[in-house]
Amino acid sequence: MCPITVMPEGSEVTVARVTGGGEASKRLSELGLVPGVQVSVVQNGGGPLLLKVGDSRFALGQGMALKVFVDGAC
Amino acid sequence: MGYTVALTGNPNTGKTSLFNALTGSNQHVGNWPGVTVERKEGRFRMGDGEVKVVDLPGIYSLGAASLDEEIAADFLLRSRPDLAIVVADGSNLERSLYLAVQMLETGTPLVLALNMMDAAAEKGITIDVEKLSALLGIPVVPTVARRKEGIEDLKKRVLDELKNRTAPLNSFALPYGERLGPLFDEMEAFLTTKPELIPGLPARTAAVKFTEGDSVVLAAAESAGLLPALESILSGSGAAVESALGYDLQTAVIERRWGFVSGVTAEAVTRDLSLKTRLSLSDRIDRVVTSRTLGLPLFFLVTWAIFRLTYALGDPLVEIFGGLFESLGERSAGFLAAAGLSDVMVSFIQDGLIGGVGSVVVFFPHIFILFAFIAVLEDSGYMARGAFVMDRVMHLMGLHGKSFIPMLMGFGCNVPSMMATRILERPRDRMITLLILPFMSCSARLPVFVLFSGAFFGPHAGTAVFSLYILGIVVAVGAAKILGSTLFKGESSQLVMELPPYHIPSAGMVFRHAWERGFLFLQKAGTFILLSVVAVWALASLPWGVEYGSEESLVGSIGKVLAPLFQPAGFGFWQAAVALFFGFLAKEVVVGTFGALLGAGEAGLAAALPTLFTPLSAYAFLVMTLLYVPCVAAVAAFKRETGSWKWTFFMIAYTTLVGYGGAVLVYQGGRLLGLG
Ligand SMILES: Nc1nc2c(ncn2[C@@H]2O[C@H](COP(=O)(O)OP(=O)(O)OP(=O)(O)O)[C@@H](O)[C@H]2O)c(=O)[nH]1
Ligand SMILES: [Mg+2]
Repeated sequence: MCPITVMPEGSEVTVARVTGGGEASKRLSELGLVPGVQVSVVQNGGGPLLLKVGDSRFALGQGMALKVFVDGAC
Repeated sequence: MGYTVALTGNPNTGKTSLFNALTGSNQHVGNWPGVTVERKEGRFRMGDGEVKVVDLPGIYSLGAASLDEEIAADFLLRSRPDLAIVVADGSNLERSLYLAVQMLETGTPLVLALNMMDAAAEKGITIDVEKLSALLGIPVVPTVARRKEGIEDLKKRVLDELKNRTAPLNSFALPYGERLGPLFDEMEAFLTTKPELIPGLPARTAAVKFTEGDSVVLAAAESAGLLPALESILSGSGAAVESALGYDLQTAVIERRWGFVSGVTAEAVTRDLSLKTRLSLSDRIDRVVTSRTLGLPLFFLVTWAIFRLTYALGDPLVEIFGGLFESLGERSAGFLAAAGLSDVMVSFIQDGLIGGVGSVVVFFPHIFILFAFIAVLEDSGYMARGAFVMDRVMHLMGLHGKSFIPMLMGFGCNVPSMMATRILERPRDRMITLLILPFMSCSARLPVFVLFSGAFFGPHAGTAVFSLYILGIVVAVGAAKILGSTLFKGESSQLVMELPPYHIPSAGMVFRHAWERGFLFLQKAGTFILLSVVAVWALASLPWGVEYGSEESLVGSIGKVLAPLFQPAGFGFWQAAVALFFGFLAKEVVVGTFGALLGAGEAGLAAALPTLFTPLSAYAFLVMTLLYVPCVAAVAAFKRETGSWKWTFFMIAYTTLVGYGGAVLVYQGGRLLGLG
């Protein structure tokens, strides 16, 4: 498991869990970032991440994206 | 008997478009999440039924994260409309259904409007409406709000549901599975022995919402004194469920809902896979537009181009209009005198109306063009990308990218931009953004810039104006940094924002927006600015017998009291003081005042101004106009949004100080450099 922030642009990943609890992680889950969901990383260049979840695109600030862990080794 | 129907759904799914189509209203629509930030009401009739429709800000769930979402969630949960139309994006059904399911759980009668069916068809998505309706147990109506398709059908189904609903409410029970299910049974059994936590909310839903930590339900449980009992259930049976599942209850609840939603989607939606490319056009554009290297330069280029084009296209038109007004002024003088009007009337029409209001109205083309460009930004979907690429910059000033959306809107008008701060999650971020918005150079300041830079900076006029926009941004950035590290310490929240798909802005939409704002400008010129200028004119004519607009007139004596204050900034003469004083009513009035005092028409004004200002003091005056207290309308909006007189007075005082300080700095600095 590793944070999605280290995944390179263009990678397709599966959400393992959203950590932290509380409001922030609740919001992420409600946007569809729940365990098992496929996400593609459209943009990851130091600033906010641009993720594609289903048919939606989300911008996530770095701090927020650090809460999202995905399957795989880093 | 009247019914109340609420429109709800995810941001940017077309709620306001539907609202406009249903009620014949004309509310603001834009292609980015967070356009609507307040409750709007309208009505429609059909047969003998009359229905009040309430448009709400978009939400992803009933748990609110920001003020606009709170307004929506609060209305849905507490005011309990007779029915809610859940607006789903047909081209992105799965996401839209999450909220629909949450709404089902509240027991509110629902109709699902399956909007954007045109976009769905383009993507090769077909939705089995009958099946979807059967799976959810509510009527489903396909619509294309933008082309007003399906509206009559929607009205009919809504009325039908309101009048003849037979299915019992509260019949929907989401299958939470064998682990969560018994937990909710236990809580439900406990809650049914007590009075309802929230009137009308089913006990099981209250149990679910309590478990996922919904703040409205938590607060209700606390005030009902049920908190300890419910928490002991959670720490007993709940903890057992958690350890069996491997993750927390909150995630478990949300995950089950998504599970249900994707089950429904899988059954009701078919996709033509041949049309699905791995990356859509929007994604491919985003690869470039939001990239680390190109994103920011591209964004600056776009903004720069907008301002240059606004002026490049607007300036020649102003000259034509200005010339028109001038000759009108000249001709009317002879004509009016010949018609036997008294000198007072002639002066009123010539100096007050044509000189004062006319010198403002000529800027209509600029206003129209600027708002047309802003509409293009909004409708294309690029606006939200601005927030994305500016996120890193905004972090340097202790805010995040979303704060940039109100700032961008501030270039049009500060008033709606202040309302737009409701999309910000943290009160701290919101306060800082509200306090720096007055420095964003709104369209009302544009006439002042154009007039002065045309008169003083010749070939460098464009650069002079652009430098003022930049100055406004720089001051805003500085102010945010200082406010964030003194009065509003703490962390900003993090950017979480959906980026809408790109589409080619529709010409009709852009024209409508621009015309709306342009019309508002003309209206303002005909009422507010007119009255202000008439006041200036009257004060310049009184007491009877003085020479019009002379130092001895009333306006002259007011100006003379204030003028010495501005000596250090290089414009210590009474006309400037009067213009700034009345400019508080609306910044265009600065131009109107000079017009009324110095002569008709833009060309006339441009010739008269150099008798008062030097280029250096003119620039100092522009800096003052840019930064000092925003107009009364913006001050009123600020008070409305903050709800605090204390902060309102603080804002007035600090912006005025910054403006004055800036003007003095420019003038004295310029003199030191030998520019005086
Ligand atoms: N293709 C298509 N676009 C639509 C349709 N209805 C609305 N839109 C567009 O979708 C965008 C969002 O429309 P709005 O009506 O502002 O959406 P909203 O749900 O009120 O958005 P918020 O107030 O931000 O929550 C605009 O660009 C509309 O022109 C539709 O049926 N088809
Ligand atoms: Mg809306």
